[in-house]
Amino acid sequence: MELLQRLLVMLTVLSLLIAILIPLWSLLSKAFLDNKGSYIGFANFLTYFGTPALTRSISHTLFISIVSTLIAVTLAFGYAYGVNRSQIRGKAFFNAIAMLPLFAPTMMHGISLTYLFGNQGLITTGFFGHLPFSVDIHLYGPVGIIISEIIYIFPQAYLIFITALTVTDFRLYEASESLGAGKIRRFLTITLPSIKYGLISAIFVCFTASFTDFGAPQAVGGQYNVLATDIYKQVIGQQNMSMGAVVGIILTIPAFIAFAADRFVERKQRSILSAKSTPYRIGQGKWRDRSFTVFCWVIALAILTPLVTTLYASLIQVWPYKLNFTLAHFDFSHVAAGGLSPFWNSLEVSVLTSVIGTLAAFIFAYFIEKTRYLKGLRQFGYFLSILPLALPGMVVGLAFIFFFNNPNNPLNGIYGTLWIIVLANIVHFYSVPFITATTSLKKLDREFELVSESMRVPFYKTFFRVTVPMSLPAIIEIAVYLFVNSMVTVSAIVFLRPADFNLASVSIVNMDDAGDTAAAAAMASLIVVTNVAVRGIYQWFVRKVRRRTEAWQTHQ
Amino acid sequence: MRKPLLAVFALLLSFSMLTACGTKNQSNTDSAKGSDSTSGTVAKAEGSKDKDKDSKELTIYTALEDDQMETYLATYKAQHPDVKLNFVRDSTGVITAKLLAEKDNPQADLVWGLAATSLLVLDQNGMLEGYSPKGVDRIQADFKDKNAPEHWVGIDAWETAFVVNTKEMEKRKLAIPKSYADLIKPEYKGLITMPNPSSSGTGFLTVSGLVQLMGKDKSWDYMNKLNDNIAMYVHSGSKPAKMAGTGEYPIGISFGYRGIEEAKKGSPVVTVFPAEGSGWDLEANALMKKSDVKPEAKEFLDWAISDDVMKEYNKNYAILAVKSDTTTIPEGYEKDPVKQLIKNDLGQAAKDRNSILSEWTKRYDSKSEPKS
Repeated sequence: MELLQRLLVMLTVLSLLIAILIPLWSLLSKAFLDNKGSYIGFANFLTYFGTPALTRSISHTLFISIVSTLIAVTLAFGYAYGVNRSQIRGKAFFNAIAMLPLFAPTMMHGISLTYLFGNQGLITTGFFGHLPFSVDIHLYGPVGIIISEIIYIFPQAYLIFITALTVTDFRLYEASESLGAGKIRRFLTITLPSIKYGLISAIFVCFTASFTDFGAPQAVGGQYNVLATDIYKQVIGQQNMSMGAVVGIILTIPAFIAFAADRFVERKQRSILSAKSTPYRIGQGKWRDRSFTVFCWVIALAILTPLVTTLYASLIQVWPYKLNFTLAHFDFSHVAAGGLSPFWNSLEVSVLTSVIGTLAAFIFAYFIEKTRYLKGLRQFGYFLSILPLALPGMVVGLAFIFFFNNPNNPLNGIYGTLWIIVLANIVHFYSVPFITATTSLKKLDREFELVSESMRVPFYKTFFRVTVPMSLPAIIEIAVYLFVNSMVTVSAIVFLRPADFNLASVSIVNMDDAGDTAAAAAMASLIVVTNVAVRGIYQWFVRKVRRRTEAWQTHQ
Repeated sequence: MRKPLLAVFALLLSFSMLTACGTKNQSNTDSAKGSDSTSGTVAKAEGSKDKDKDSKELTIYTALEDDQMETYLATYKAQHPDVKLNFVRDSTGVITAKLLAEKDNPQADLVWGLAATSLLVLDQNGMLEGYSPKGVDRIQADFKDKNAPEHWVGIDAWETAFVVNTKEMEKRKLAIPKSYADLIKPEYKGLITMPNPSSSGTGFLTVSGLVQLMGKDKSWDYMNKLNDNIAMYVHSGSKPAKMAGTGEYPIGISFGYRGIEEAKKGSPVVTVFPAEGSGWDLEANALMKKSDVKPEAKEFLDWAISDDVMKEYNKNYAILAVKSDTTTIPEGYEKDPVKQLIKNDLGQAAKDRNSILSEWTKRYDSKSEPKS
């Protein structure tokens, strides 16, 4: 039994090595080769830094991500504070709305903005001249990218803040109030310090996401180049793989810094919760509630409007000249999508990613968290499992090309099939499911394993009879996370898709490139509707499952 | 101390075993399909080795428009229902770059409807196999390779055209630009989009056309002025026409077919052929040089210049490669479309392709702020 466990742990680490570390290594080494494959040292980097057109993208990308991070983090904090610490009505509604952008491909945020703020947008033209005023924000370029990125990263910051705000000790507030501290003082000395780590985390997550995003700059960037679009141009437009690798490495640097800092902060973080802590009680506050109601509604509308506009635009015959409704744009046979098949392909890939990825994340987390042998190796496995957090999707995609498109690679067979897309998606999104699974496994008492071992029950029986059923909510959550993300992602798979196998999210890029914006909007709408439906089914299912499986937790 | 060492050893062992198994698989694949082992079709080919005769597959690279391919292919599919076609479709620059990158291990069996200037670049790299498709003598001499057998054969020509949104021009009280000279007038500043020549065939033939029309120095002077008026360079030749269609940017430098098509769909646009003449290029086909040239690939090339499909090309393009009295001029084109074309040396254009593109990229691709 011990031998079996050891072997399985080794296999786990081996798979992670093959899927994550070795491809990454081949990307790194590629940056030092020319396109013929001979070693040229830092020549590629010198070429890169000697080309002002390329280096300018670095400052562009930094500017975009810093500004969008600052705005998104501030707004998300206010919104989360309103939902968590005031008595506004419709908290469930606000909570659901904040999640919506997660269900859409990032290109869609850009496309929706062109319908609102583009030169023929609803707002730019004052609802086609029906309003007495109109506003032109000069969308194409940094303005458009920043707004899209804010919509894209808002939910991620919001989720972090909601969690951080929930974890607090009300006794601190009581004590400070009795000592005579005012509201502002309490906010500055209790609330802010208690969410300090959440704040740092949110900043890093948002910065990395907007730094590496490809969809929004592609849709509304105009001539404003950023690193992600540079990689796309180098790799797809000029097939210059080495230069793509160089830009990929530059793209990964901030993500790695954020990753390291986040780990560091995490280690310092000690729970301020103790058994004696009491949850936050929301007091009365008329003006507080009123202002947060207004604030949250404004944000909710800002999230809903672009989505609704995209849906509306996809149903319009010729924007903005023939405003009658038509389903013509949902017939994709004459545009880059070439029919509905990309959508079905995306569904297939997402289901496979979800099923296989969930199995992998949960089982690997189990071996790393719950077995007792090979501690060093398991720690290495843990590191490999959270490493993908720092990897931009485009870097995963490029690394996979270099690794799997090598005829000497025994796994070369999966290159050009749907399996490499599934694998790339799993690797790209692996870390969050892994952490979710680990957290859920940590909640289960070690005694289960110890008792079954002493009773000579094999560990896999315990795994199937105790561990899996008790972790079911986490498992389903992982599955939905993987599904939704595989439906919307572009960055990893844009380089990997086989000739005869298009995907919905990639076809949005192609259709937008060809100028078929309405069709791109239609495909994006299909993706959002699918994701919302899947999420809805999940909520309904969880409510049912939770009653049965978590009974042991609530009725202790 | 002993145990971790043991673990590492076991890990290495299992890894080397896995590699060994893999290598064996690899050699199987190799014997099944020669040196071509990068694409997903390999696995399929190996699986169906016994019934190789029934399952025919072609990988075709093309830069034809998405909305044209379906109708073109109708007659082919009727004649060859058993051949599975895998298309890689992208804009001209992308397809050209892809083909060049795969030089040592070509994935495509043939190229259908790619700019002749791009095919000439491939030919200069020795990547094309000579083949005279059936009926090639019907193709006019200027529209095909001089070698026999031909390395490439043209099907039709397409040319620069401005697509202009009439409603937006009325709203702004501007005249519709008729010539290249008009385009650089200050009143059109920020209203024009143009395809990026390194990704778009239309972009390249426009720039290359300007160079041939005005000569090297004058043409770059002109493009500097044009650059001041351009709002945005975009990925494809179609996008400027479609953006003109929605009025997002009312003037698009595009090609004839796309503008006429936009008008048919109900957008308020007119297609203007510039007074100085239009740069042009041929959409052409070629067979890729590789170890296993498939007979189906040759059949496809035969079909691709047959009368059936020429009729379909003719619905979209006024200038066909075949000489025929029955060539009709599709709605929206000039009465004598050939006169619109400038004198254009395709071979020279292909030779200059690289230098023109790098010059253009150096000058305009890094344009950082949208001018609006």
